[in-house]
Amino acid sequence: MDGVTLSIRDGEFLVLLGSSGSGKTTLLRMIAGLERPTSGEIHIGDQRVDGDVPPRARGIAMVFQSYALYPHRTVFQNIAFPLEASRTPRKQIEEKVRWAAELFSISRYLDRYPRQLSGGERQRVALCRALVRDPKVFLLDEPLANLDAKLRNTARDDLKRFQRRIKTTTVYVTHDQVEAMGLGDRIVVMERGKVRQIGTPQEVYEDPVDTFVATFVGQPPMNLLEARDPSLPARTLLGFRPEHFLPKTVFGTGDDTRVFRFAVRRVEYLGSDRYVYGSVVEAGAPPPAEVTIIAKVPATIALAIPEGETHEFAVPRRALRYFDADTGLKRAP
Amino acid sequence: MKPHRTIADREDVLGAIMLAPSLVYVILLVGVPFAFAILLSFSDATAGSLHFGWAGLRNYAAILGDPIFLRALRNSAIVTVGSQLLVVVLATAAAQVLRATFRGKRFARFVLLLPWAVPVSLAAIAWTWIFDSTFSVINWTLRAAGLMHGWLYWLGDPALALVAIIIVQAWRIFPFATVIVLAGLSSIPQEIVEAAIVDGAGFWRRLFQVELPLLMPVVAVAVLFGVVYTATDLGVVYILTGGGPANTTHVLPTLAFQRGILGADLGQGAAIAVFLLPFLIVVAVAMLRLARHTEVGAR
Repeated sequence: MDGVTLSIRDGEFLVLLGSSGSGKTTLLRMIAGLERPTSGEIHIGDQRVDGDVPPRARGIAMVFQSYALYPHRTVFQNIAFPLEASRTPRKQIEEKVRWAAELFSISRYLDRYPRQLSGGERQRVALCRALVRDPKVFLLDEPLANLDAKLRNTARDDLKRFQRRIKTTTVYVTHDQVEAMGLGDRIVVMERGKVRQIGTPQEVYEDPVDTFVATFVGQPPMNLLEARDPSLPARTLLGFRPEHFLPKTVFGTGDDTRVFRFAVRRVEYLGSDRYVYGSVVEAGAPPPAEVTIIAKVPATIALAIPEGETHEFAVPRRALRYFDADTGLKRAP
Repeated sequence: MKPHRTIADREDVLGAIMLAPSLVYVILLVGVPFAFAILLSFSDATAGSLHFGWAGLRNYAAILGDPIFLRALRNSAIVTVGSQLLVVVLATAAAQVLRATFRGKRFARFVLLLPWAVPVSLAAIAWTWIFDSTFSVINWTLRAAGLMHGWLYWLGDPALALVAIIIVQAWRIFPFATVIVLAGLSSIPQEIVEAAIVDGAGFWRRLFQVELPLLMPVVAVAVLFGVVYTATDLGVVYILTGGGPANTTHVLPTLAFQRGILGADLGQGAAIAVFLLPFLIVVAVAMLRLARHTEVGAR
């Protein structure tokens, strides 16, 4: 963790996005109080919590990647556990557990043990257990990572709807950028303990602050190419998203585009899109060290793109981004 | 390469061959003596004679009418239960301590395991000194600390002698149980413990409502072993008190040894020893059921 300054708005859904080792989980655990920062401050609401405030006094609830349900307790007892720990009266516990179970439609599983539930059901039990505490902040550590791909989409939707409804500030850790884009009001892109960019999904996607964010967010990642353009400062990288890199004929004559000669190596047919792999050939110059460029051509463009040939592709100038090749940072054109 | 199936390809045959040595061992050195002991308990055989006469249930009738036997039976139960209770509490506590990281942890683990490695007879002899009527270090310490003014005759008083036996038996099983509980503790997923912390459970709630229930199967196994080791142990009582004073601290194995070997009444000795059997079967079944039951709840 290195110099992270982050302020989370009330009711916000904030996603910490990063690959493993980026420090996103450590940051979450520090907020939870499971780990102590060597220096710095953490505030929740108007309470300063770093130092000696234990997790139970921080007004947080956490959902773990493995869900960490208590295997020897029934679903009811699992959800009731935090309430018992806070010495809630029996009757109130009963009401609250039933209410939460209703909300996540797991009422009929209340007498079962966690091992008798599917992954999706376990995940909902874990959310229920977090919900009944009425936390000021929800901390979610990759709660969808253990679900299969099909379930993950619906679970994502459920999660977002649920958060909108209860309006509790949520910090969500994931390495999956699709999840991050889909869920986050804002995304924090992290790498090696540092925050690289904070912004809405749109800002992070369209205006990455550096080449790391540019290539980390987006699938396939942003194309980066040395500019070799006398009008630009030396050592400038051009960046453009694969979906903006299309056959020149697609654009009208009035569009302000930059044209590249694109040596197509291979075309991948993916149904809704075609991914076209190749490299940019520049007139006069020897071919640059093989930098693979990817074009994402939607199925609506039926144009034939034969492999092994060189085609003219273009990028609208407004979709071009510029980076310093040495520092990786964004620069003005 | 051999074109046909060899013995190594035939798992049924291979299995039988590999099992055979241990099976023979168990049959010859456990099964036969065991059957023989049961047979002996119905006979009037004595040491020093090859005579073998059927005695029916006379041996059993004799010991059941014998207050020394009844007392030994009671002592066996007290020592086993008492020492195992002590072991469960101490081992759980020690496992908690040893799980934490601190300087000298490896050394502490090593020291803790020592009693397990010491032969029972040697250890018991050391303990007789600790409990000695004149030189007892326990007494000396208690007095030096100003906690006691009189003098405890550890091995001279029937009740105190039982306490001493319980302490030694607990001391003997404790390292083994600690290691088992420690292994059990480390098998509890860290996230579950952390979930309990975040859920607001304090140390005791975590211990009693999360960790101990998850440890139950493992603790049950440790207790099962402890019970078997303690109930069948001859050495500790034999060396510590020899069953005395006045036959008040006998347990079944020492009494069986005294009657059957020293007293030469093989029949009665066997009958006493066989009395351990139902006791141990009940314990074993109970523990295995407990282990299975808790496992069903878990995972």
